[in-house]
Amino acid sequence: MSTPVLSYKDIRVSFATEFGEVDAVKGVSFDIASGEVVAVVGESGSGKSVTSSTAMGLLPDNATVDGEVLLAGRNVMKMSAGERRRLRGQDISMVFQEPMTALNPVLRVSDQLVEALQVHDVAFGAQALEKAVDLLEKVGIPDARRRIRDYPHQFSGGQRQRIVIAMAIACGPKVIIADEPTTALDVTVQAEVLDLLRRLKEELDTGILLITHNMGVVADMADRVVVMLNGEVVETGDVQQVMSRPQHAYTRRLLDAMPLLRDPEIHVGEVSPEPEGSLDDVRLEETPALEARDLALEYKFRRKATRVVEGVSFTVNKGEIMGLVGESGSGKSTVAKAVLGLLDVAEGDLLIRGRNMPTMPARERKTLKKEIGVVFQDPAASLDPRFPIGDIITEPMVVHQVGTSRERVRRAEELIDAVRLPSGVINRYPHELSGGQRQRISIARALVLSPTLLIADEPTSALDVSVQAAVLDMFRELQEQYEFACLFVSHDLAVIDTLAHHVLVMQNGRTVEQGPVDQVLQYPREGYTQRLLAAAPVPDPVTQAERRAARLRLLADQGKLPG
Amino acid sequence: MSMNRDPQNDPAPAADLAEMEDARLAQREKSYSQGQLVRRRFFAHKPAVISMIVLLSIIVVAFTSIGPTGEGGWWGKSFLQTNPVVDGGRPTMFRDGFLGEYPFGQDNNGRDYFALVMRGAQQSLIVAFGVALSSTVIGVLVGALAGYFRGWVESLLMRLTDTVIVVPLLALAAVFGSYAQNLPGGTLTLALLLGCVTWTGMARLVRAEVLSLREKEYVAAAAAMGAHPARIIVKHMLPNSVGVIIVNATFAIAAAILLETSLSFLGFGIQPPESSLGLLIDLNQNAFTTRPWLFWFPGLFIIAIALSVNFIGDGLRDAIDPRQKRTGDKRPTLRGVLGFRGSATAQQRLAARTGGTPDDDSTHDETLNLGPTPNPQKDDDR
Repeated sequence: MSTPVLSYKDIRVSFATEFGEVDAVKGVSFDIASGEVVAVVGESGSGKSVTSSTAMGLLPDNATVDGEVLLAGRNVMKMSAGERRRLRGQDISMVFQEPMTALNPVLRVSDQLVEALQVHDVAFGAQALEKAVDLLEKVGIPDARRRIRDYPHQFSGGQRQRIVIAMAIACGPKVIIADEPTTALDVTVQAEVLDLLRRLKEELDTGILLITHNMGVVADMADRVVVMLNGEVVETGDVQQVMSRPQHAYTRRLLDAMPLLRDPEIHVGEVSPEPEGSLDDVRLEETPALEARDLALEYKFRRKATRVVEGVSFTVNKGEIMGLVGESGSGKSTVAKAVLGLLDVAEGDLLIRGRNMPTMPARERKTLKKEIGVVFQDPAASLDPRFPIGDIITEPMVVHQVGTSRERVRRAEELIDAVRLPSGVINRYPHELSGGQRQRISIARALVLSPTLLIADEPTSALDVSVQAAVLDMFRELQEQYEFACLFVSHDLAVIDTLAHHVLVMQNGRTVEQGPVDQVLQYPREGYTQRLLAAAPVPDPVTQAERRAARLRLLADQGKLPG
Repeated sequence: MSMNRDPQNDPAPAADLAEMEDARLAQREKSYSQGQLVRRRFFAHKPAVISMIVLLSIIVVAFTSIGPTGEGGWWGKSFLQTNPVVDGGRPTMFRDGFLGEYPFGQDNNGRDYFALVMRGAQQSLIVAFGVALSSTVIGVLVGALAGYFRGWVESLLMRLTDTVIVVPLLALAAVFGSYAQNLPGGTLTLALLLGCVTWTGMARLVRAEVLSLREKEYVAAAAAMGAHPARIIVKHMLPNSVGVIIVNATFAIAAAILLETSLSFLGFGIQPPESSLGLLIDLNQNAFTTRPWLFWFPGLFIIAIALSVNFIGDGLRDAIDPRQKRTGDKRPTLRGVLGFRGSATAQQRLAARTGGTPDDDSTHDETLNLGPTPNPQKDDDR
């Protein structure tokens, strides 16, 4: 093994908080060689980001750091603030998670790139601008010479992340720290950004420290893996070894918890073996729990309406989970909003148990809402912080004046039990609960009136994988027990594949493809669905390498190959 | 590579984050509501607690010494009753025993100045709290309605707010002040009327808060379950904007004291023979060079009340806004609030330099804006 460019030696970090000292990192050591990708994997609170930020010195003031960080043999900890500042960008640079906020919105991209070059005396003036154009071309921004004059908001999320990467490689750093670089991106864009990072690593021979929670990304990118739990390293080793023969129970758990497509192979041009549609014919007599016919939805802003959903039709039968999949901007959450009555229907029919909601008087609409439960995405915002848990769960009963206060409490206890939380939680407050626990409370609240229809808008996408697995298991059980129909909105094909019966794939507000999960996700007919499926990474380096090749072939066939 | 902590020796191989979290939750004994957390943080804020004690003592002394009506308190002298002027009306405090006959002296007519100042403090406090109350009620109502309903309701209410804002506050307050003189109810009526010109800031803040709360998912969830707008506003939005409301109300108290003072000084507020702190200063401004105590005592009380209310507001803001996260060294101290933080830092730095490691020197030279504890491992130039 070559000499490491960056090595962490027995790093310990603790934070001074209101409730005393909190040890975030408890003695972590690992190395990164040049031209090597080391993935640090762990869930929230594992200390993975904190550990890596010690190299940049970007920790908040209340942190105390112990240990050594050696960058090309020099101890970063012993450096003065000024020395360290010169280090940043020049020898070590960073790619952040959120491309929307990593660039300054009021400066042109050219200004930001030129600044990065000038600060480190790499190039000045016209020369720097020339170099900036080169950088943009290198990261695959088309028409770089003209577009460098644009502002960040004129680029898409994926392109912005490319620009951030361009800034990171501007001064030819020895190491790039990529902190969840693709978490905020859609799967197809994620695959492209990972391709880019891989190419750059080979061209520039930099080491990459990749922080992620996604085992699929690890399998796709990493040479070596460091698994962290509660501020400690529980397992480390070659990616092949860790992914296929994990030693520690936690690594196994992480790998098991990742939702997977049941069939990693993409069947293009093949026809589904089983005859389709037979299941639906039987159910036709029954009134569906939810039906949309030619649904069109629009957002109004200053009397100007923008159509975001057009001509979407679907049916969700009783006791059935319908998955609504699409990338950001596909209008999938807008459909969910309309069903919840938070957005008026512009055109078309939206039938809940056979009754058309848009034409219904307001009073009846309120009674109809008893039939609909909802779970939202953000566990931090979905519960009112001022309400104790018991009141949160029983709020729908209070709104619809169901039951006496004693019955309400009993119902709340019943549901807390159903979502497998300790009964004492009833008097606690949301801020005392973790994200997964809060989402379980959200589900309990959604079920309190025994609704026939549940709308779940990305209920697990903000959760850690192992927590997500637990919540999804519970969700599946509850669905079997209470037999509600469900509209499950998600960007994650694997989650839909394991959970839903039917699926509707959306792009730019229109239906791309719909049908039973087995058919659509295994024998996709539309090019878009195929691309989506091909982009989802799997947590096995060998299979993932095959899938990556298959994806590039598919893109080439469809003529969508970037660059 | 020396990092693999032997998993076999680990007493409990914690493999499941969800289970770990549940176990931790079951273990937790004490549960703090948001209110309790805020209270804890507030009482850790020394300047605010001291200010609260000062303010409470001023209130108690002002209302008990001469009684809420101006008669029958433990002080025994009325603020209206004239006495023979003793020793040119000089204060007897510390000269004739601890307090003496006339601790704050006497005015031109021989009235006891202590009783007058106490009466003035009473009136000023009534005005302050009355204005804060009425302006808060109006402001919260306007702001919440405008923010929640948007559309024409918002346009109408916010244009009304703008109209009130563009009229100079003092002019409007003077009109209301002279109008209040002909109404029954005295000072309280004046206070409530003054609230009608000072609610605009509150309305704008509450509207902004409600606008951001509208996008919260728990509000969407409540709307989706069919909750009435009134329920959503009262149960979900206002409790969650209580921080903004309380903090702004405290600052409104301080502003109202000053407004009443200016009005009375200009002659549009409280009229003699009634007394108020601003009025006392107005009446005795000519005596500033000859008998300064007539000016100083009401002035000191204005400063004491306004300052302590401001500090309480500071404390509340720090306690309510968890983003400020002021802990350990960052927690506000008396010295810090009074602007002596720099000297404390300098002392600490000196101590660190004399007893510190050689590493310290480089950090000293690099940055001037070091944090309170120069720690070589800590990065300070962010």
